[in-house]
Amino acid sequence: MRLIAQIGEWFDRRLQLAAPIREVSEHPVPRNTASWWYVFGSAALVVFLLQLATGIMLALIYVPSASEAWNSLQNLNHDVTLGWFIRALHGWGSNFMVAIVLIHMMQVFLFGAFKFPRELTWVIGVFLLLMTMGMAFTGQVLRFDQDAYWGLGIGASIASRVPFLGPAIVKLMLGGPIIAGATLSRFFALHVFVIPGMLIGFVGLHLLMVIKLGINEWPMPGRLVKKATYEHEYHELTQKDGAPFVPYAVWKDLFFAAFVILAVAACAAYFGPFGPTGQPDPTIIQTAPRPDYFFLWMYAVLSFLPPSMETPALLIGPVIAIGALLLLPFLSGEGEKSWRRRPIAVLTILLVAVALATFTHLAGYTPWSPEMNAWSSDPIPARFLQHRTALERQGALVFQVKQCHNCHALEGMGGQRGPALDSVAVQLTPDQLIRQVIQGGGNMPAYGKNLTPAETTALVAFLQSLHPAGQAPARDASRALAFGGSGQNSSAVRPLSRP
Amino acid sequence: MSTDKTISRRGLFMKVGILFNGLVVTALAVPVVRFLLSSVTRGRANRYLEWVSLGSVGQFPEGETRLATFRNPYVTPTDGKTANTACWVRRIAGEQFQVFAINCAHLGCPVRWFPQSGLFMCPCHGGAYYQDGARASGPPERGLFEYPYKVQNGLVTIQAGELPTPGASAALLGKRPPCA
Repeated sequence: MRLIAQIGEWFDRRLQLAAPIREVSEHPVPRNTASWWYVFGSAALVVFLLQLATGIMLALIYVPSASEAWNSLQNLNHDVTLGWFIRALHGWGSNFMVAIVLIHMMQVFLFGAFKFPRELTWVIGVFLLLMTMGMAFTGQVLRFDQDAYWGLGIGASIASRVPFLGPAIVKLMLGGPIIAGATLSRFFALHVFVIPGMLIGFVGLHLLMVIKLGINEWPMPGRLVKKATYEHEYHELTQKDGAPFVPYAVWKDLFFAAFVILAVAACAAYFGPFGPTGQPDPTIIQTAPRPDYFFLWMYAVLSFLPPSMETPALLIGPVIAIGALLLLPFLSGEGEKSWRRRPIAVLTILLVAVALATFTHLAGYTPWSPEMNAWSSDPIPARFLQHRTALERQGALVFQVKQCHNCHALEGMGGQRGPALDSVAVQLTPDQLIRQVIQGGGNMPAYGKNLTPAETTALVAFLQSLHPAGQAPARDASRALAFGGSGQNSSAVRPLSRP
Repeated sequence: MSTDKTISRRGLFMKVGILFNGLVVTALAVPVVRFLLSSVTRGRANRYLEWVSLGSVGQFPEGETRLATFRNPYVTPTDGKTANTACWVRRIAGEQFQVFAINCAHLGCPVRWFPQSGLFMCPCHGGAYYQDGARASGPPERGLFEYPYKVQNGLVTIQAGELPTPGASAALLGKRPPCA
């Protein structure tokens, strides 16, 4: 034992680190911050360290070349001992890191921890969030498969919309005129050198400020932050009701960190690594690219924005969002910290959470995309074919062959891009059906050029038969007056047979 | 550092040292920036675009739209398969063609041609185009990108070499698509 102590002394005489480490670990923190709510920051740090370690391990095998990357991932997955597990740890680690960083940010926001004097800690935290997202995107690119390739195309398409500089930004981003070898190399440099380097620096600053300024005290409703008095009050609090960080508070951080790493490992072992999906060969076009989990919400938003809104929303939206996050501590640097007295803050979190969850959920089944194979794989339910005329059945055939089923569902089968047609006859009159088929409108292409009059007639006859058993199809009330009698049955044919 | 107005010998040396470093950095910045922007400046000199062949006219039946592939004219040794590109060739009649980029004009996903319904459909966000490339529905703001083409010695050739993107398309491909 004495020998160890002597060796320790020898080093500390030269390093002189023992005193500052002791000072940091024993600095007093307010007792009520030793809470399970305060564990997310340290958990994010621990997952980041896991990412560094697993990332270095992956770099032992991975080849950042457009022609070899995919093969080297296959090698990792299938040949290298436990390569699949390290890949899975890194992939799940990234999911956990994004999630924990967001939870940490939410907790800091709700506890008013961004207020004076911790504004800069928050601002650096915002940069850390952006870098985490940057790591997530560049990491997805390094998994150089079809999703990565077309994901880069989406990135380039968004970047190209920047006024004037768009084309230059695209070439800078891709490292050339197309997505190819240079693109992967520069994303490798970003993912492995540039962003992690910045992350390490910014995490250091972030931690330094947490230690220098003290951890945010548990917010009490009615205890307002004032710039003139806060620092004095905080100092008094830690003196009167403080406890050394180690071991008073740190044990919860340790438990949670271990739990998170265990959860990452469990997910990695159970679910395995992510991809790679198909080879990054742009001539294989039978693909439906999807971004990783944390970008799915964005994928959904992009399909719902009206075309005219899209470029402004893509270019201005992020600026506003990031600007709002950066300005927050300066606009609201004093006053109430407790979420009990900040209803707008709570509602904002709820709104953002519900919006993100909804869009992510929608992106899980992409109701805005035609289902490419529905016309050849989803049959027309039998009840829509039984006891039908030959013309109506012919129309059902047109419905399949012309791929209406790709966008319109029948009994829940088929695409969801357009409305389901189970009872379309109740909603549209025959004339309206014909007009909609031929001219399109709303979000529907016009089929006038692709349907012969006979096909249109059959199709509309079929559509007219789609109504619930007890309900009559819609009819144009004026038709009976204009033509006399009930011409309803043959009206689907009539407009076509007239000039 | 001296605090009064007079400047010490050491202080002067330090300032000269800083200035010297500044000059070195500035001089080095020129090649560094030129290196970093090389992919942009090369493109501005338009050395990316070239005429490439898609095959003989006979490969493309009249009135039909077929998938064609070509090797990008500008390649680097590590490009692998990524330098292969696909496009849709529509032969209207005779030597009259339309060659569409595979990339959706919305966000660049690969559109698929459905001859049965005469539509190009995009798997990402549901963009759809008519057979002449015009926008039919969905989020795209415009029709499909078209490559300039010519028929030479019985070969269909197109001017290609850059990834078509919505912001760059007009300048990039030389002409505006029929429906922009």
